[in-house]
Amino acid sequence: MAKTLFDKIWETHVVAEPSGEPALLFVDLHLIHEVTSPQAFDGLRLAGRRLRRPDLSIATMDHNVPTEAGPITDELARAQLEALERNCAEFGVPLYATGSGREGIVHVIGPELGLTQPGMTVVCGDSHTSTHGAFGTLAFGIGTSEVEHVLATQTLPQRKPASMRLLFTGELPFGVTAKDVILGAIGRIGVAGGVGHVVEYAGEVVEGLSMESRMTICNMSIEAGARAGMIAPDDTTFAYLEGRPAAPKGADWERALEEWRLLATEDGASFDRDVEIDVRDLAPQVTWGTNPGMVTSIEGAVPDPADYADDDQREAVERALDYMALEPRTPIGEIRVDRVFIGSCTNARIEDLRTAAAVVAGKRVHSSVRAMVVPGSATVKRQAEDEGLDRIFEAAGFEWRRAGCSMCLGMNPDILAPGERCASTSNRNFEGRQGAGGRTHLVSPAMAAATAIEGHFVDIREYVLEPVA
Amino acid sequence: MKAFRSVTSRAAVLDRPDVDTDQIMPKQFLKRIERTGFAEFLFHDWAKDPGFELNRPEAKEAKILLAGRNFGCGSSREHAPWGLQEYGFEVIVAPSFGDIFRTNCVKIGLVPVILPQEQVKALMEEPGEITVDLESQTAGPYHFEFDAFEREALLEGLDDIGRALAHEDEIAAYETAHPPRFATTAL
Repeated sequence: MAKTLFDKIWETHVVAEPSGEPALLFVDLHLIHEVTSPQAFDGLRLAGRRLRRPDLSIATMDHNVPTEAGPITDELARAQLEALERNCAEFGVPLYATGSGREGIVHVIGPELGLTQPGMTVVCGDSHTSTHGAFGTLAFGIGTSEVEHVLATQTLPQRKPASMRLLFTGELPFGVTAKDVILGAIGRIGVAGGVGHVVEYAGEVVEGLSMESRMTICNMSIEAGARAGMIAPDDTTFAYLEGRPAAPKGADWERALEEWRLLATEDGASFDRDVEIDVRDLAPQVTWGTNPGMVTSIEGAVPDPADYADDDQREAVERALDYMALEPRTPIGEIRVDRVFIGSCTNARIEDLRTAAAVVAGKRVHSSVRAMVVPGSATVKRQAEDEGLDRIFEAAGFEWRRAGCSMCLGMNPDILAPGERCASTSNRNFEGRQGAGGRTHLVSPAMAAATAIEGHFVDIREYVLEPVA
Repeated sequence: MKAFRSVTSRAAVLDRPDVDTDQIMPKQFLKRIERTGFAEFLFHDWAKDPGFELNRPEAKEAKILLAGRNFGCGSSREHAPWGLQEYGFEVIVAPSFGDIFRTNCVKIGLVPVILPQEQVKALMEEPGEITVDLESQTAGPYHFEFDAFEREALLEGLDDIGRALAHEDEIAAYETAHPPRFATTAL
């Protein structure tokens, strides 16, 4: 029977499958950060267990770290970062600490270092681990108890999830990006549409995307409720990987390529669920509510709760509009923002920053807006500075920060004040996500950049066509 | 993990869809390096509203939480189930759960029960006590499905890691056959 990419990775990672029990799945790469790991290391110590494979583990500091120069003033954050340092030293886990030059958001540095490779299983105590699926890996987020399980055994007991294929057809219109594709898809299938499923994104649209765009799509799989998202590896994948620090070299590279070329889903393979989405008419997306499925296009308007027949849905929309302080039927283009955040594991890689810089070059951030750019990693930051992007952003009035998760989840000092409204390239618009009482609208980097300049949402398709004065 | 068989209690009702783990345990409380001390921060922002469902007197002693569909979606933070458990909940009944949240609950012995939406709604109307019994797989008058492997772990309070390490030979054999493709130490 024809196999899917998911089937192949699954089958090659089953260590044991006792009758009636879940499969014990081997983990090829375990990514660790400061927030979801301290209790797992404690558990290991309490039980007197060793860390089985420190060589398949790697840690970094991202969630908590300040993005401005100077010492950490938050004592709890500092204690958590110090705990990570102690734990990594005690158990022999390589750590890219702040200042190492290779630190950054865990889902940015894995691919950047070439650690994320096709056919692997990748886990991390973070729901956006699905990002790594862009390389044709089975990558998913886990909780702290599971982190401890992986530390101790390098395996996880797993029932095989169902499979879903999201097939994107048509040609992506000008100004419409990977972020719009995934937001549009979540709007279509809903925030629980992928629950219990591993999603394979396929079709000519995906094949034509860069690795960084593919990562943006896979990153938000969890926002559709999916267990994981993945894309078949191809020449684009291999070209991205070749020469990266941890990528195979020489004869090993050739051998790896041969194996990786066999991973793609075979013709005739079937999925438990198939969804086809035509992107020809897709417009830039903007979320209006308090979950990523509450989304419309820049041409659209805030919905009216009265239009929803389902009681639960209507109440949820009412609550969302109340929290977001939005009136029904307000055109999206009339919504003004106070803040713009360009960053996160969804959209803080070099291509995202280049796109945003191209939009703001020679312009000024609107007087009523405070805007910041937080590169996804120290490496991205260096590269952007080498290309002069930092000077473009700063000349336009953006704050240029150090790498980290920053205002995507606001665990560090970068947060919205209550009532502030933000255009954000991150992945979650949940209540309080970017700061208690803050209001988040998710958009692409190009849309965020243009919004910073104009002070309200604008249609990037028209915006970039205007002659630059 | 403490073994669980059944619980009889009044239920707290939180009838909202898509409640995410950011609401259950906001990010500013994820900086603790201990597994405890989260109960007081449960639903921190929502709890400021005196009308919030869990502020009702009958919700205070509840050991069962009846919730809406896709409960616990979003972030993988286990701090959310830790907080719910420490607050006093032993069982959560909902039409569906976020995948990672559901697994996190099972791992710590907080029992996630899935029932069809109309049955959850019917239980929400029940003013008295409800019994949720994992052995007979019943919640009030309703039968629920539960993964047999996870059920056994919950009923017996088994250690998952110990269960996996019983396969030590197979893990070791797999490792020998699959050398790593990268050397983190050489980076």
